[in-house]
Amino acid sequence: MGGMERLLPTDEAYELLGLATEIADGELAPRAADFEARGEFPREVVRTLGRAGLLGLPYPEEHGGAAQPYEVYLQVIEVLASRWLAAAEAVSVHTLSCYPVYAHGGEQLRKLLPDMLGGELLGAYCLSEPQGGSDAAALTTRATRDGDSFVVTGTKAWITHAGQADFYNVFCRTGGPGPRGISCLLADAATPGILPQAAEKTMGLRSSPVAQIVFDEARVPADRLVGDLGDGFRIAMEALDSGRLGIAACAVGLAQAALDYAVGYARERSQFGKSILDFQGLRFMLADAATGISAARALTLAAARLRDAGRPYSAEAAKAKLFATDMAMKVTTDAVQVMGGYGYVQDHPVERYMREAKVLQIVEGTNQIQRLVISRHL
Amino acid sequence: MNIVVLVKQVPDSGAERNLRTDDNTVDRGSASNVINEMDEYAIEEALRIQEAHGGEVTILTMGPSGAAESIRKALSMGPDKAVHVVDDALHGSCALATSKVLAAALGTLNADLVLCGAESTDGRVQVLPHMLAERLGVAALTGARKLTIDGSALTIERQTDEGYEVVTAQTPAVVSVWDTINEPRYPSFKGIMAAKKKPVQALSLGDLGVAPSEVGLDGASSAVVEHSKRPPRSGGQKVTDEGEGGVKLVEFLATEKFV
Ligand SMILES: Cc1cc2nc3c(=O)[nH]c(=O)nc-3n(C[C@H](O)[C@H](O)[C@H](O)COP(=O)(O)OP(=O)(O)OC[C@H]3O[C@@H](n4cnc5c(N)ncnc54)[C@H](O)[C@@H]3O)c2cc1C
Ligand SMILES: Cc1cc2nc3c(=O)[nH]c(=O)nc-3n(C[C@H](O)[C@H](O)[C@H](O)COP(=O)(O)OP(=O)(O)OC[C@H]3O[C@@H](n4cnc5c(N)ncnc54)[C@H](O)[C@@H]3O)c2cc1C
Repeated sequence: MGGMERLLPTDEAYELLGLATEIADGELAPRAADFEARGEFPREVVRTLGRAGLLGLPYPEEHGGAAQPYEVYLQVIEVLASRWLAAAEAVSVHTLSCYPVYAHGGEQLRKLLPDMLGGELLGAYCLSEPQGGSDAAALTTRATRDGDSFVVTGTKAWITHAGQADFYNVFCRTGGPGPRGISCLLADAATPGILPQAAEKTMGLRSSPVAQIVFDEARVPADRLVGDLGDGFRIAMEALDSGRLGIAACAVGLAQAALDYAVGYARERSQFGKSILDFQGLRFMLADAATGISAARALTLAAARLRDAGRPYSAEAAKAKLFATDMAMKVTTDAVQVMGGYGYVQDHPVERYMREAKVLQIVEGTNQIQRLVISRHL
Repeated sequence: MNIVVLVKQVPDSGAERNLRTDDNTVDRGSASNVINEMDEYAIEEALRIQEAHGGEVTILTMGPSGAAESIRKALSMGPDKAVHVVDDALHGSCALATSKVLAAALGTLNADLVLCGAESTDGRVQVLPHMLAERLGVAALTGARKLTIDGSALTIERQTDEGYEVVTAQTPAVVSVWDTINEPRYPSFKGIMAAKKKPVQALSLGDLGVAPSEVGLDGASSAVVEHSKRPPRSGGQKVTDEGEGGVKLVEFLATEKFV
């Protein structure tokens, strides 16, 4: 990241970014291409991130977190994403998965937080279903109270960390139709009747496992209800507001990686007897990319600072997610273009970056849904 | 078990390194300095022993004031405290003098086990562990790729070119390790923050009762008289294939003993 200056709020934030960079360079960068090619989830690498304290950054110390503002946490995500998107995504999804218990769990549930944030456990967030992703309020997975348990039946789809996670946030219907009939349960992965299916064969981000999860009369203890009955949809949307900032930061890091790689390549490549960087048509493409990245970063951090200050930030988070992920799609596509045929083959990482960028426009609310959120705030 | 780990700050072996033109010592001022790589393995080994057997881990460094940065880095991995021997008179010390100073410092620390790297990447003399053990009158178990502890009995697999030797001794002892012994951990964010509050004791030559004349450039048992840069790589040999290319390549490989 060509000498980029970061403005961070504290000395300890600089230390944290230094640590994240050291681990990203030492552990993520050397493994990304192989794991992506094999489609293997790097559980041990994620554990290394956890032991370094990177799996609980934005939560208070009393719960086992590192008390970092989102402004700092997101820049850590960005650094990780610039070396390996799937690893950054794992941190982002895990952090999202700890939000419901932290923000809405009762005292009893919050006692689980030190373990959830401690680095050894991994979380997942189960909202989408095969028949509905964007219209999450129409979800059909049902939880019925039976004695001291909820009995959960239904199918969740597209669940990141399916089969790898230690705990699942399950959004399910406990009441009538619509958003008010939805509740949130925290289920242990080992619960009988929670059945992760075969992993989807995805276009990119292949080392991040995504699969359906069938709930076949899975019994979740009633004290694992997060918040009150009927709070689930509100909790899900709040968590997504935060999660979207994580996705935006992933997009910034990914685009930065693509730009850095393309610039490095362009420096070495010559045509018509000069460096291709000497062609203004090409150089301006890279300048536009750099500008887009800086703008996306600024937008993301501006939304983060609102969140850190306890102000409403939902629309700003949606704008950041929309802008940053569309920007990453464009920048990664242009990075392939800058490299010509060499950009299109797997000897270089930019074709992978381009495939990876696509998913960021879809997850945690498609970019159409982000526009829906933004336009509601107009 | 009370463990002391020797940690030396060295110029990053991945970056350009130089000797000073004025006194032929390692240029530590302009270099980017890091913990000697092998010493990170010694720290990791100490932490694993502590996790299994309890006790305390202390870092011991002799070096200029800038070495404090490496001490913090070492502490951020988990050790409890550090001792930094720092004194202007130490500049240019030879291996013998270094071992004298470190032995004097160890005399104040009451260690059951002294762990260190098998060699430093700047001096590369591999003698410190032996010299220290000799001065302290304890066993030297050097070049370990594995260390096991059973009460006061230490057993190492000493790595050799052909394989390994099993060597045993009782504590107290000095054990030096190679990078095959473990995989050092990264510091954690909490570890980095905690390290700022861990005690680092500074000791001068006076504190250790070592006379300045015994160390430094003047006290050195040998001297680097002059040095010059390694000559730049020669251009290599170009083989133009005029039907004989393959033969020429094989001849080259044979004369260079690659085949
Ligand atoms: C790799 C990956 C990982 C994922 N991880 C998770 C996870 O961990 N947990 C989880 O719960 N889900 C996860 N998802 C699911 C993801 O959130 C959904 O795919 C997404 O919300 C879209 O839902 P859908 O696929 O059902 O598409 P649909 O909702 O069917 O959308 C189809 C198209 O219609 C558009 N559309 C829908 N409604 C509107 C509207 N009102 N106005 C305009 N356009 C509209 C969409 O933008 C889209 O272009 C993941 C998905 C992928 C691909
Ligand atoms: C340019 C140059 C000039 C030199 N000039 C002289 C000279 O004039 N006369 C002479 O005799 N020697 C000289 N030396 C040798 C140099 O002084 C020794 O290398 C040094 O004192 C310690 O040896 P080492 O680090 O190579 O030890 P090694 O035996 O290779 O180191 C093994 C381990 O000992 C520990 N250790 C070593 N030093 C320290 C330290 N300071 N603090 C804490 N732990 C430590 C570390 O754990 C290290 O991994 C010179 C070396 C160089 C590169």
